[in-house]
Amino acid sequence: MTEFKLNAEPRVVEPTVFELSSPGRTGVSFPAPDVPLADLPERLLRTDLPLPELAEVDVVRHYMHLSNFNYSVDGGFYPLGSCTMKYNPKINEDTARLPGFTFTHPLQPLETVQGSLALMFTLQEWLKEISGFASVTLQPAAGAHGELTGALIMRAYHQARSDSKRVKMLIPDSAHGTNPASSGVVGLNIVQIPSDPRGNVDLEALKAECDDTVVGLMLTNPNTLGLFDEHVEEVVRLVHECGGLVYGDGANLNALLGILRPGDIGIDVMHFNLHKTFSTPHGGGGPGSGPVGVAEHLAAFLPAPLIGILEPATDELPPLFGYETPARSIGRMKAFHGHFGMIVRAFTYILMHGAEGLRQIAEYAVLNANYLQARVRSTYKVPYDRICMHEFVAEGHIEGSDIQALDIAKRLMDFNFHPPTNYFPLIVHEALMIEPTETENKDTLDRFAETLIQIAEEARTTPDLLHQAPHTTPFGRMDEVRAARELVLCCWLPENYGEQE
Amino acid sequence: MNYPDNLKYTQSDEWINPEDGTVGITDYAQDQLSDVVFVEILVAVGDTVESGSEIASVESVKAAAESYAPVSGTVVAINEDLADTPETLNSDPYGAGWTVRIEGGDLSGLMDAAAYQKYCEERA
Repeated sequence: MTEFKLNAEPRVVEPTVFELSSPGRTGVSFPAPDVPLADLPERLLRTDLPLPELAEVDVVRHYMHLSNFNYSVDGGFYPLGSCTMKYNPKINEDTARLPGFTFTHPLQPLETVQGSLALMFTLQEWLKEISGFASVTLQPAAGAHGELTGALIMRAYHQARSDSKRVKMLIPDSAHGTNPASSGVVGLNIVQIPSDPRGNVDLEALKAECDDTVVGLMLTNPNTLGLFDEHVEEVVRLVHECGGLVYGDGANLNALLGILRPGDIGIDVMHFNLHKTFSTPHGGGGPGSGPVGVAEHLAAFLPAPLIGILEPATDELPPLFGYETPARSIGRMKAFHGHFGMIVRAFTYILMHGAEGLRQIAEYAVLNANYLQARVRSTYKVPYDRICMHEFVAEGHIEGSDIQALDIAKRLMDFNFHPPTNYFPLIVHEALMIEPTETENKDTLDRFAETLIQIAEEARTTPDLLHQAPHTTPFGRMDEVRAARELVLCCWLPENYGEQE
Repeated sequence: MNYPDNLKYTQSDEWINPEDGTVGITDYAQDQLSDVVFVEILVAVGDTVESGSEIASVESVKAAAESYAPVSGTVVAINEDLADTPETLNSDPYGAGWTVRIEGGDLSGLMDAAAYQKYCEERA
């Protein structure tokens, strides 16, 4: 095992708010009470209130300093595989802040929120058109919540046919890691299907598991190797033939926009990640949003309510939008109508691009990933080496050195790049999962490729530079092992407050 | 990499001692996982297990993995120390890092040390 010399002591020290506190300093002055003081029982009173005391300017500067330690899509290249960290256009923020949207409440009378309902209805229609599904719900909170919704719908479908022996969810080893978790939450037995040497679902292994206990298969396509399954129609046929349903993990839909509609190749149910494909912020920037689309035979099971047209338009009046409950709905998956702010942003993004623009997104996402793969494949082994889709997976291992994927990831931070996803998917040794997205220009891709090539050279000549990286960040190499083994999650407890002085 | 001659091995990287039925994960497995930070034994003393069923969940800084029963039989002991000292899976995989003890197993389908070593080298 490599011995890391850990150098995680802070290089730029920002004290905690408690350390910045000074007795009597204040950011707000409460007015004198204008109601009589209540006479509270003695046992409910406390004599101290150990909160930090700071002026407003101190608080603002403290959090500004901390925020400068952050890394974001607005700050630099973020090739975090399978997360689709594309640039989030600022016009999305403008539309989401329009007072007509922000000053509404979901419990208002229908007639007073027709604009919001029209937007949601239109987005449902657009997502149907983009994906080839018959019906769409916007409720799920994010991707894995969409998977849970989909798995519940699949189970409900079999139960409605009194087919109670189906307990098995088939999941390829190249699927997103949330797929087995979502199926597990629903109480299904997970059966892993291996990949073949080209990175496709192994058809023989799949055939061996296809029987009358199969609920369905959860297919990530393109998969986490960034590869399109060359036998996807055969995979879908095998699952359907044994009575199962096919779930499509739509997290990688960015690679397919305007080119292939999952509903057209027989996928029965799929979630969208508005926060990946449709540019709504994620990774701490905002909640996700994971609408789910289904084929006709599953439409009756969707969560309620959906947005529908209650009264069609007339010559004088626009349609009246309102809520509809599918006949055999699995129920509500989310309070009110999902993450409405994200729905507005995704609507804006689709409107700004149009059909042709959406297709270009997919084309450039795939082109960028292939360009980057072509530039680094002679330096880093790409184990499943063929034309990729929107991402590819390389091995973070350099011949003749003890450098690991983690060292390469940390060293990239010294060049102001966010590291790629590492150690996933599990089927690649020392995996580095790289997704450039369509929003990066050739200069950025070249700079990143040249940095990766330089790091490979450093791995041979000056390996300690990598072992001890990063060198330019506010904190150096963290002790990940100790952090995971010693779960001390609180460094300051109220009862220890006196010890601060 | 260490492959003790007296043990039998599975394709999912477990070892079993034919003499007393002690089970663990192999040196190769712990090296692939890197630093183990959490171990949960999923069976209890007295349980009957099937060959290939999950007996332990192992998490490292890199990945989470399951460990499977190498043979069918009855669990007669579990290593309760692992909850507090998961790092022994790295430091002593064939000794203090054992996971469970299974009695009554049929070892005929398992690999010997030479076959397992070849199997590991093919995957490297």
